[in-house]
Amino acid sequence: MLLEVRDLHVEFHTRDGVAKAVNGVDYSVDAGETLAVLGESGSGKSVTAQAVMGILDVPPGKITRGEILFQGQDLLKLKEDERRKVRGARMAMVFQDALSSLNPVLSVGDQLGEMFQVHRGMSRKDSRAKAVELMDRVRIPAAKERVGQYPHQFSGGMRQRIMIAMALALEPELIIADEPTTALDVTVQAQVMDLLAELRRELNMGLILITHDLGVVADVADKIAVMYAGRIVEQAPVHEIYKAPAHPYTKGLLESIPRLDQKGQDLYAIKGLPPNLLHIPPGCAFNPRCPMAQDVCRTDEPPLYEVTESPVPRASACHFWKECLHG
Amino acid sequence: MAETAGTTRAAGTGEAILEVRDLHKHYPLTRGILFKKQVGAVKAVDGVDFDLVAGETLGIVGESGCGKSTVAKMLVNLERPTSGTIRYKGEDITKLSPRALKAVRRNIQMVFQDPYTSLNPRMTVGDIIGEPYEIHPEVAPKGDRRRKVQDLLDVVGLNPEYINRYPHQFSGGQRQRIGIARGLALQPEVIVADEPVSALDVSVQAQVVNLLEQLQSEFSLSYVFIAHDLSIVRHISDRVGVMYLGRIVEIGTDAQIYDHPTHPYTQALLSAVPVPDPEARAHRERIILTGDVPSPANIPSGCRFRTRCWKARERCAQEVPLLAVPAVFRLTDSPARHDSACHFAEEKHVVAEEHRAVLEKRGEDGAGTPPEDGAPHLEEKPGTPPPGGSHFLRPEDDTPGTNPPPPGTP
Repeated sequence: MLLEVRDLHVEFHTRDGVAKAVNGVDYSVDAGETLAVLGESGSGKSVTAQAVMGILDVPPGKITRGEILFQGQDLLKLKEDERRKVRGARMAMVFQDALSSLNPVLSVGDQLGEMFQVHRGMSRKDSRAKAVELMDRVRIPAAKERVGQYPHQFSGGMRQRIMIAMALALEPELIIADEPTTALDVTVQAQVMDLLAELRRELNMGLILITHDLGVVADVADKIAVMYAGRIVEQAPVHEIYKAPAHPYTKGLLESIPRLDQKGQDLYAIKGLPPNLLHIPPGCAFNPRCPMAQDVCRTDEPPLYEVTESPVPRASACHFWKECLHG
Repeated sequence: MAETAGTTRAAGTGEAILEVRDLHKHYPLTRGILFKKQVGAVKAVDGVDFDLVAGETLGIVGESGCGKSTVAKMLVNLERPTSGTIRYKGEDITKLSPRALKAVRRNIQMVFQDPYTSLNPRMTVGDIIGEPYEIHPEVAPKGDRRRKVQDLLDVVGLNPEYINRYPHQFSGGQRQRIGIARGLALQPEVIVADEPVSALDVSVQAQVVNLLEQLQSEFSLSYVFIAHDLSIVRHISDRVGVMYLGRIVEIGTDAQIYDHPTHPYTQALLSAVPVPDPEARAHRERIILTGDVPSPANIPSGCRFRTRCWKARERCAQEVPLLAVPAVFRLTDSPARHDSACHFAEEKHVVAEEHRAVLEKRGEDGAGTPPEDGAPHLEEKPGTPPPGGSHFLRPEDDTPGTNPPPPGTP
């Protein structure tokens, strides 16, 4: 297994109290595999990724428990300088907002080349040539001429390509893409997602795709982890989850997608709001919004049950996963 | 003229409450400090026509920079058009005196995109929703305002006791409800909603869409619903207009646009929407456009989509296609008979979204026949480009235009 996150807990110490952003997350990605982490804002999907990358703001953030095994090695036990060798070279991240993640006063060539200068000790000239090669690879037209330009001179889609190029620079084994296309238009989104998928295949990388878009997930993922209030509530191969969700939250999300035969009717809406991480409801965190909630849901936090009826491994953190699966 | 050709007919019932004709908004580009010289213009909106019929929802979709938000702003008179007319019940609101304009504005209200920045953080919810009454005191006498605001809170599904709270005490979805309540305060007839759910979490979007629909039937509102999320637009709209680079390129009923698009841009846009169904992955054909939208300061000659269009020919560079029913469909009864600004308009099945499922249920025709998908509907059509692989541009294909070069070395 390329990456295995085990029982990860992350807290943020704020003025108002302790926000439990991640409460026991387990997931894994293999080489060449795409894991989609699906969740709304505040579900802990980005915080988990930051913990894996080792770019969590500490303080106020704190990893209180868990293991992050990267090719069997626990990253949380590494010293900072060893960690640094992993970050960027062996695992890299593509951020959502390319304009604010790129340095506006450095040319894209400098920023791409920096990877080679810092990690590979290349000269400025060689690293510039590498930058052009990378820009070609992510299909930026006229890379040679554009390598000296600044981020603001590129369109949103091109900037996101530069972010991808930067992540690819050192040919990492794992790429984490945090909402890589959320800021882009659909036609450009299609281009960027295609590029990511293709490079993943070509380089046999593991890809963790963090998103809230059920459409994007269905298009590219191999398996899905659905997060809610800092926990994974359902985990399954992509085909299974869309066919028959085993958690009422996943079910609610899928049902709230507008459908043709529902035109003129109300959309299905999950009632209520995502919980405040300072006060996560006792029992199952989803119980106040859940149409299936029973007394046990308000008192006992459901473990991640194995969905035994499924031919492929899948799991659901719902006491009533059976009812959900068949209902 | 093109204006009356399809827009009014497609709507069918009722009278147009808003008539937009040849609307332009150009922002001048100047050079020099003391002696400013205009060197060009950003043509944000460059000739838009449509009607809004009382009680209907007109969806406007398009990518960022296509001018849809500028249209919205002109409809509520936050921007003055460079040229063109916007008639509200027959009266051109772009030429009204300030006093007459004030009266009209009461009837056309806006709901903004970002519920985080469109509410003043220093005002209580009561003040925000009640502020329109300061400007239009005739709607609610002073003593009555508090009760009215509480009623509005109730209507949009918020607790009326929250009247003294501040925006930061609410979640995104609740804030959008506050924005909607403010838009409703003056009992308008038209609401222009600019991306009202885009900033919201998925599970909350449906709540707000339902609220908007419920309010529409309750207060018989007409909506101009602007968004980039095509599935939500389809759900809420009676008619849909597709914008590209300052113009509407195709307009029709939701079924005409989504199931029978004839403009290549609409087809590409629909095919690019990710389908929330992994089964669709294998037999789904996508038209991936190359390159980016050209700058609105430098719009291509002829058809503005031609630089990204796989069908572009010489004629497209010379002749601006009008927004009208294409000649090939004019005498047919097919749903493809709606306004489309393309010289080579033709139907192509870019089965989008859930429609696929419906098709598959209906019979074999939709499933498992990806390559020749568009064929059945392509009767003989003069001037249609040769069918075949060239329809589907992938970035790897080496085609003219703004195509990126082939992938780099090792």
